[in-house]
Amino acid sequence: MMPVQDIFTVAAVTLGSLFFLAGTVGLLRFPDTLTRLHALTKADNLGLGLVVLGLLPQVSSPLGWIGLIAVWLLALLAGATVGQLVAGAVRPPDGTPAQRGNPPA
Amino acid sequence: MSLTAPVDLGLALLLLGLAVWVIAASATYRAAEGFIAYGLVLALVWVRLGSVDVALTEAALGSGLTGLLLLRAAARLPPADPAERARPAKGVRVLAGLLCAVVTAGLAAVVLLLPEPAPTLAPAAAASLPATGVGNPVTGVLLAYRAVDTLGESIVLVLALIGLWSLAPDAAWGGRPGALTTAPAGSALRFLAQVLPPFGILVGIHLLWVGADHPGGKFQGATVLAAMWVLVIIAGLRRPPPVTSRATRWLVVVGSLIFVGIGAAGIWLAEAFLAYPDGLAKPLILAIEAALTLSVAVILGLLLAGPPEAERPTERRS
Amino acid sequence: MPEFLLAAAAFVLATVALGLVRVLRGPSDADRLLAAQLLGTGGVAALLLLGVATAEAAVGDLALVLTLLAAFASVGFVTGLGRADAADPRPEATAGGDPERPDEAGRGPG
Repeated sequence: MMPVQDIFTVAAVTLGSLFFLAGTVGLLRFPDTLTRLHALTKADNLGLGLVVLGLLPQVSSPLGWIGLIAVWLLALLAGATVGQLVAGAVRPPDGTPAQRGNPPA
Repeated sequence: MSLTAPVDLGLALLLLGLAVWVIAASATYRAAEGFIAYGLVLALVWVRLGSVDVALTEAALGSGLTGLLLLRAAARLPPADPAERARPAKGVRVLAGLLCAVVTAGLAAVVLLLPEPAPTLAPAAAASLPATGVGNPVTGVLLAYRAVDTLGESIVLVLALIGLWSLAPDAAWGGRPGALTTAPAGSALRFLAQVLPPFGILVGIHLLWVGADHPGGKFQGATVLAAMWVLVIIAGLRRPPPVTSRATRWLVVVGSLIFVGIGAAGIWLAEAFLAYPDGLAKPLILAIEAALTLSVAVILGLLLAGPPEAERPTERRS
Repeated sequence: MPEFLLAAAAFVLATVALGLVRVLRGPSDADRLLAAQLLGTGGVAALLLLGVATAEAAVGDLALVLTLLAAFASVGFVTGLGRADAADPRPEATAGGDPERPDEAGRGPG
């Protein structure tokens, strides 16, 4: 019988990997760039968070925990902001003349 | 651990696929984007090869900064650049392919035919490490055993910056570097450039500090710092300093100057250039690293910012 | 446990590879912007799994650097789109909404 931490790790990492799969399926199947961006930023970031959660019991030092959580928080911050940035490039916010000549696919 | 094989194989295939993409891409900026993805995957490969120091450098410098340089260069090309359309004659391409294959085969032969165990100085380097006071053998090699090479590299960086600045037309001398200017930044970009740099600075300083005993060090830390500075410039929150700015020039040379100074002091205190007196090795190494981090960060940022461009008094650049 | 983590890392890498294929071929340039973010999250997850599975220290630092540089690369992609693809000239002059900034020597990070 595996110890409780291992069961937790397996469950969380499996769930995280499934979210990564969902994100990629979204990337492959969604019709246009903005929806693909949505799949990427939401599902993949959640997958990363679950993976980090699952890895926490495997790392023994508190400094390691802080490191893992710092990575996840930074990824959330960067992902959210870059998502807005990319979306703005695809479809500029109202009132701004389109500077990038690429319409959403 | 048999399961590392599929991971390694997957990484290798992904890397090859990205490399093919970079070569086959029809437009320059697509190739640049593929190159950045390639660099990030290559960092993972370096981890699997046990070299986290190189992985850090690859991710930050090889992929991040170099990739941005390529992207900016591609963006400055006119839209229907004839060089993109023209392809070399078929014979030239076949010859190039053959030469690449021969070089690859040669490298593979060298690596695969190495005697077991491969000849290496690593045990000797590791054995002398405690005398230097640092725990990371890479840092020991860079700043203790082969410090003179690192000194040469830091001077070369200054020379590279001078070379880049010399590309400016005479009329533009004294202006601010202009390669990073861009269209007015939207709120998302400005927000990113306000929020990310504090974390980046922390990570950069952390890499410098931790590099004494763990993978990391001045170069990787400096690259992260430079990337954050470039981000701030791209978003229009700060303008790059004019090339005549004395403060900037001092920052550029301070690392090499301190390095040379400590090296020269070694002649009196420890019998040789760049020899460290007993017991003082670690503090001296840290001092050199701190000064170099500052200089290298400024130099890398300036290298990306490009040669100075003439100020136009009626137009403001973001 | 290490075997499971390695299998998970391989799985995540496979999803990243699939995503990259789709994104790099994407019909519009905007799709390719997603590539850096994909590697920034998926690649980091695979890296963390690999690091813990092989007990490689210091992958945490690399993960931080990868995240930062992926965001940085995305900025590069997005601003690189300002290429004169769409027949408007390179925007050298800016009307810009930013307030006047005091002319400090803007050197040094931040």
